Amino acid sequence: MDPETSITGSPTPPSLAVSGLAYSYPDSNQALFGIDLEVGHGERVALLGPNGAGKTTLVMHLNGILSGGIGEVHVAGVRVDPENRETLHEVRRRVGIVFQDPDDQLFMPSVREDVAFGPANMGLRGEALEARVGHALDLVGMRDFADRPPHHLSFGQRRRVAVATVLSMEPEIIVLDEPSSNLDPASRAELADILRTLDVTILMVTHDLLYALELCPRSVIMSQGAIVADGPTRDLLSDTALMARYRLALPYGVTLEPKPTPS
Amino acid sequence: MPSTPAVEHRHGHDVGEQLYVHRHTPIHLLPPEVKILTLVVFIFIVVATPIQAMWAFFLYAGLLMVLAAVAQLPPLVVLPRMVVEVPFLLFAALMPFTGPDPQVQVLGLELSEPGLWAAWGIIAKGTIGVLGAIILAATTPARDLLTGLKELHVPPMLVQIASFMLRYMHVVGNEMARMKVARESRGFQATGIRSWPVVAQSAGALFIRSYERGERVHLAMLSRGYTGSLPTMDTLKASRAQWLKGLGLPAIALVICLAAWAVQP
Repeated sequence: MDPETSITGSPTPPSLAVSGLAYSYPDSNQALFGIDLEVGHGERVALLGPNGAGKTTLVMHLNGILSGGIGEVHVAGVRVDPENRETLHEVRRRVGIVFQDPDDQLFMPSVREDVAFGPANMGLRGEALEARVGHALDLVGMRDFADRPPHHLSFGQRRRVAVATVLSMEPEIIVLDEPSSNLDPASRAELADILRTLDVTILMVTHDLLYALELCPRSVIMSQGAIVADGPTRDLLSDTALMARYRLALPYGVTLEPKPTPS
Repeated sequence: MPSTPAVEHRHGHDVGEQLYVHRHTPIHLLPPEVKILTLVVFIFIVVATPIQAMWAFFLYAGLLMVLAAVAQLPPLVVLPRMVVEVPFLLFAALMPFTGPDPQVQVLGLELSEPGLWAAWGIIAKGTIGVLGAIILAATTPARDLLTGLKELHVPPMLVQIASFMLRYMHVVGNEMARMKVARESRGFQATGIRSWPVVAQSAGALFIRSYERGERVHLAMLSRGYTGSLPTMDTLKASRAQWLKGLGLPAIALVICLAAWAVQP
């Protein structure tokens, strides 16, 4: 799918539109220098870059946790404005962030309550809430574990439940912070299968380049607070000069050929 | 779908529920808010009883033993848990030696009479309170205790703090265990006072890590629309009959307490 046509060819606004975003932390350490990024509805995009590139800072802007710099973020056409509580609430529903450590994400005493936390904050109650929770757990294959406390789950299961906790809010876009970290190869593959089936826009922050290649047709590379490359994942990953410049490297023994362009 | 085999405990093995003893007794079935209020009122009555009426305290203890029997809690479960009381008992044991005059002769020792009474008061009231709390904890899962507190309109912030403590006890405990392994892997041995600074530094590091985790959890909560209250699901209200059943214990205790005051010289 060509993202350009999906954006301009349909009336659906892009899931995410970041324009001219710059931000300095209060200790005057500037983390973002004018970010422009558009992610179309239904796209899966990987956000790559070395540590300290500003990836997390960018993510924190997407639902208004961080703000106060210059530039704008729009989520499915709604401007993220921390001053406006109404839209902020709506933005946080639309942007589901899955944090890296599932123990940070899963703070309620049971899986069911945790998955219900978001929709309940949106005002859902009773059967509608139950149905929403059940559906989200089905999507990640964890319905049978609804009454378990999170610490009785394996790490891979906790990661999947963490995904369900944002799916239950029916978000426009899911932002995953290092989704494959600490997963054993089987859990890593299971999570990939789940993410592929989701009918939702995905922005994935990762150092796992092969995971990006597997799941995301498009990648964006950040370095020192700016976007330095944006294109098809395979093209970026097979550009060895580009990769080396931004401290990125494929695992040992893996080489990628750029995809022959179809006529 | 792979599943870890170790998760097949349905109840009684949750975090903070090592104290819970899974049975199906009338006491287990009472709603948590009834049990909590019952215990609190009962303890207030016990504390309000004059210590000179020693018989009253034996009656109270007898009542609790009946409850423990109804709840099918064997003495071998209850008695070891009473060890938590020991520091208070030690403190109480000092009082007869340090209390004011008049002194009395007991087994050839000069002991303070008010000190003896005060020690008895601490031992009797403390033991009864601890016994009651043990029965409550053994018959109510920790999570239900939180629901009970919420039902009793304990400030939501306190209930939330307690519920997070319950959730993260294991996480912090694991972190502590990892730090211990890391220390020992590098040749550290906890021997005497010289090792205290290292242990204290670890405690500080653990505190900071937990604090940072708290911040991350708060972020995760905000990201999912947290506005100050935790949603609860399906809570059943205690029925009038359940309240009456629960308040039977303090009612009997009240009679004992009044009788104790009445026969007071």
